[in-house]
Amino acid sequence: MIEPKKRAIARIKLEPAQQIQLESLQRRHFLKGGLTVGAMAMLTGCNLQDGDQVDKVLWSMSRWNDRVQAWLFSGQKLAPTFSKDQVRNPFPFNAFYGEDDIPELDTADWKLGVSGLVRDKAPWTLEGLRKLPQRSDITRLICVEGWSAIGQWGGVPLRTFLEHVGADTTAKFVGFKCADRYYSSLDMPTALHPQTLLALDFAEVALPPEYGYPLRVRVPTKLGFKNPKHIVEIVVSNDNPGGYWEDQGYNWFSGI
Amino acid sequence: MKKTRIHPWPIRLTHWINAFGMVCMFMSGWGIYNASPLFSFSFPRDFTVGGWLGGALAWHFAVMWLLVINGLIYVLYGLFTRHFKRDFLPVTPTAVKRDMLDALRFRLKHEKGVYNAVQRLMYWLVLAAGVLIVLTGLAIWKPVQLQELTAVFGGYDFARYVHFAAMAFIGAFVVVHLALVLMVPKTLMPMITGGTRGIESGKVEHD
Ligand code: HEM
Repeated sequence: MIEPKKRAIARIKLEPAQQIQLESLQRRHFLKGGLTVGAMAMLTGCNLQDGDQVDKVLWSMSRWNDRVQAWLFSGQKLAPTFSKDQVRNPFPFNAFYGEDDIPELDTADWKLGVSGLVRDKAPWTLEGLRKLPQRSDITRLICVEGWSAIGQWGGVPLRTFLEHVGADTTAKFVGFKCADRYYSSLDMPTALHPQTLLALDFAEVALPPEYGYPLRVRVPTKLGFKNPKHIVEIVVSNDNPGGYWEDQGYNWFSGI
Repeated sequence: MKKTRIHPWPIRLTHWINAFGMVCMFMSGWGIYNASPLFSFSFPRDFTVGGWLGGALAWHFAVMWLLVINGLIYVLYGLFTRHFKRDFLPVTPTAVKRDMLDALRFRLKHEKGVYNAVQRLMYWLVLAAGVLIVLTGLAIWKPVQLQELTAVFGGYDFARYVHFAAMAFIGAFVVVHLALVLMVPKTLMPMITGGTRGIESGKVEHD
């Protein structure tokens, strides 16, 4: 049930952060902004500008924090689960673009590609995924911005899927490519965590466009931006596939 | 007469590292807060560091190590050398009340090398707030891996408020702390150079 008025409020609630981001773009403040200088310079291959020493320290501390978090992570420890009446309704929409730019996909044509260190690279259809064992959890999604919301996601445990395609689970990374240019990646221990899902459902119905149809990753042990939507390809690799936000400076591991 | 320092060097060093780290944590913390404000205000951009949320987070999660390690060294030093026991105790309500009233009437005498009761109480409280801000920080950083800790602070969303409150308390401490330094500026140099006091008398020489 979607009440239009409430939806609008939910969208406005996200705006301070988006507003700030927009303003900083407009004022070109971001060129002065700490890490972005490093990220921009690295992406564009420019010479590093003033402040690059600080940026290097920040980046290497972020890599150190990756290691600490990998050490803190427990493959058995489950994220807290909640009851149905605690689910946030409507659940907030969030992406690196507005709701008008949600990619339009033809679910009938949609295929999930599989590549990298796997035995079976045949693409998957939604039907095929539905036939695998399913799991559903009501968990809290925590955004890097600080807000959180409880929702219910159901689908195939990523572990089950990886076993099915004969993935090398001793590899270090599992990467995801999305229909909207987004991309992200997980460390293998997190990919094998029992609650890490290739989610097909939200609130017990097939994922609607705004929540990442037809397939998204749901990782209750990571921040929200490590839960990519509209995924079209999975790659198992020993080279870190990085991520849309991670490559700009959000901490790569971002475990919670 | 043997001379001894008012503030031994480990106290001074950890104090100034802490002051630097606190500024970084405040400013980056305010930047993070602005991405999803808990209250109906945001912090001015110029009081934040990092430029954008990713930058502010990177600062926060880098400087936290400096601050926590520095804080641990300070606390262990204070315990093992009995500095806390010697210089921060006793704190009796009567003494706090007396010194508070004197301070408000600008009549409080500063004895060199001796903290008055209000200072002592403030130092204990800010140490407690320091512990609280680290614990609530861990609670909102790791609400799954450290979910028991997060539960102690009322869950993820509530722990954010507690973390904010601890920040606000430390901020208030800093304001009063700096006001006291301004009122008694002669305390500043010894905190930098160490100062001297006679060991026999334990206190007053001349300034
Ligand atoms: C630029 C900022 C600061 C200045 C100028 C400053 C100055 C001072 C001075 C002069 C003293 C010695 C007081 C006396 O001898 O009576 C002192 C002690 C102390 N300050 Fe600060 N302070 C600053 C920031 C901070 C911050 C941010 C904190 C904590 C959040 C802090 C916590 C303390 C503590 C706990 C002591 C007692 C140290 C001990 O003896 O163990 N200070 N400060």
